[in-house]
Amino acid sequence: MITQLQHLGQWTLKRFERLGRSHLFLLRVSSGSWGVLARPGLVIQQIFAVGVLSLPIILVAGLFVGMVLALQLYNTMVDFGAEQSLGPVVALSLVRELGPVVTALLFAGRAGSALAAEIGLMKATEQLSSMEMMAVDPLRRIVAPRLVGGLLSLPLLAALFSAVGISGGFFVATGLLGVDSNAYWSQMQANVDLFDDIANGVIKSVVFGMVVTWIAVFEGYDAAPTSEGVARATTRTVVNSSLAVLGLDFILTALMFGDNE
Amino acid sequence: MLQDSPLVEIRGLHFGYSGRMIFDEVDIDIQRGKITAIMGPSGTGKTTLLRLIGGQERPVRGTIRVDGANVPGLSRKHLYQLRKKMGMLFQSGALLTDLNVFDNVAFPLREHTDLPDIMIRDLVLIKLQAVGLRGARELMPSALSGGMARRVALARAIALDPMIMMYDEPFSGQDPISMGVLVKLIRELNDALGMTTIIVSHDVNETASIADYLYLLSEGKVVEHGTPERLRQAGSEWTRQFLEGLPDGPVPFHYPAPDFVEELLQFPA
Repeated sequence: MITQLQHLGQWTLKRFERLGRSHLFLLRVSSGSWGVLARPGLVIQQIFAVGVLSLPIILVAGLFVGMVLALQLYNTMVDFGAEQSLGPVVALSLVRELGPVVTALLFAGRAGSALAAEIGLMKATEQLSSMEMMAVDPLRRIVAPRLVGGLLSLPLLAALFSAVGISGGFFVATGLLGVDSNAYWSQMQANVDLFDDIANGVIKSVVFGMVVTWIAVFEGYDAAPTSEGVARATTRTVVNSSLAVLGLDFILTALMFGDNE
Repeated sequence: MLQDSPLVEIRGLHFGYSGRMIFDEVDIDIQRGKITAIMGPSGTGKTTLLRLIGGQERPVRGTIRVDGANVPGLSRKHLYQLRKKMGMLFQSGALLTDLNVFDNVAFPLREHTDLPDIMIRDLVLIKLQAVGLRGARELMPSALSGGMARRVALARAIALDPMIMMYDEPFSGQDPISMGVLVKLIRELNDALGMTTIIVSHDVNETASIADYLYLLSEGKVVEHGTPERLRQAGSEWTRQFLEGLPDGPVPFHYPAPDFVEELLQFPA
């Protein structure tokens, strides 16, 4: 019993120690992030690597999510004679919730794992050590541009996800289900608010972008310099960032929309 | 005055991790302009010593002075300033895999200088010419052999004309031709550029052929030091066993175990 308690205590201490380390890491990277403003080329490279290269999966997923949403919601709304309100419901679901959350989950799987593996492998092959010996801080040269790139990419990807999803919903609603196309767009315009809905969705995606990229670069940087260590870092990146996105989504939703409903 | 003192002066070095002592009261002097080799069996912390000199590890106790500055006591800013005057060749080469040969060598120049591109190009070509790989400048690291990768890494390490070059096992895993090329390059670069060189290695013949001074480490201590000739002639039995690669001697062939015949005759419980 005592041994089990000891193990539990050790496990908890290790988790808290790692959590503290990840915050110190973020602090050091953030203080170095200002330097990347002087070298925008490094950030643009990362926006291409984590953002542009994630576009195919984000756009395809957005299209299908929008189409499925329209089908599912129509079946319920038609019972209440509210099928003409399909546009705003699809848009609100995507802009407020599914856009930021699903994009963040896909981003964690596609770009987060790649970031963790890349940085972990750089550590395992002594590339980070060699940079340090060349008096180049890897946190500024390698980690900071990736953090800023991820932070900027996710809101843009989430916006595209929602836009493609709304279009997918439109094609299904008007092409398959017979919803009036003018009603789809006009109801959407009337019911989706720039600040309450779109801005809150953007805030969510900025937070998710920050958290997913932070977890990915930290896991990569903190990985054991072995092939097994890199494999564990990528797995932990996807698992931890997915859980963090879902947990944070509840907190942000409660803060943003909790007292309206 | 400072010019006469050793470039690297290590005094009373204590270092260990995970409850294991790696260095115990180690004193080492690296003389300016010379090639000093640190040798010893695998696992004696030779690479760790280079990491300590470069400030990538901190000792438990003791001082490590490089050009008069105590490395463990330096702030990050001052440590990075000192590292600009140090070059290190990693065992793997540690080339940046997303950059080609040219950009790898240009990397420290682009990071630390505001030189125009045309001048960087010339400097990179000079360094690549020195290691014989000017013609390979467009290749990616994945297209290089182990020996070529090390030579590119060497060109990168000398890009900023360091005062001290540190080599971590430069000869391990090299074919005879690559080994010969590296031996020649290390000696020539040291003399031509007026550098100070530290080689960490257990390739006895190659290292002893170019080293001016040898330190032999074992079990956390400096076992012996002197010129290669002196150590070969007047070294202890352990030193001779190490330098001549004898399979048995003070370091026994067999790991400590009970008597072999007795153990064979014993009936397992």
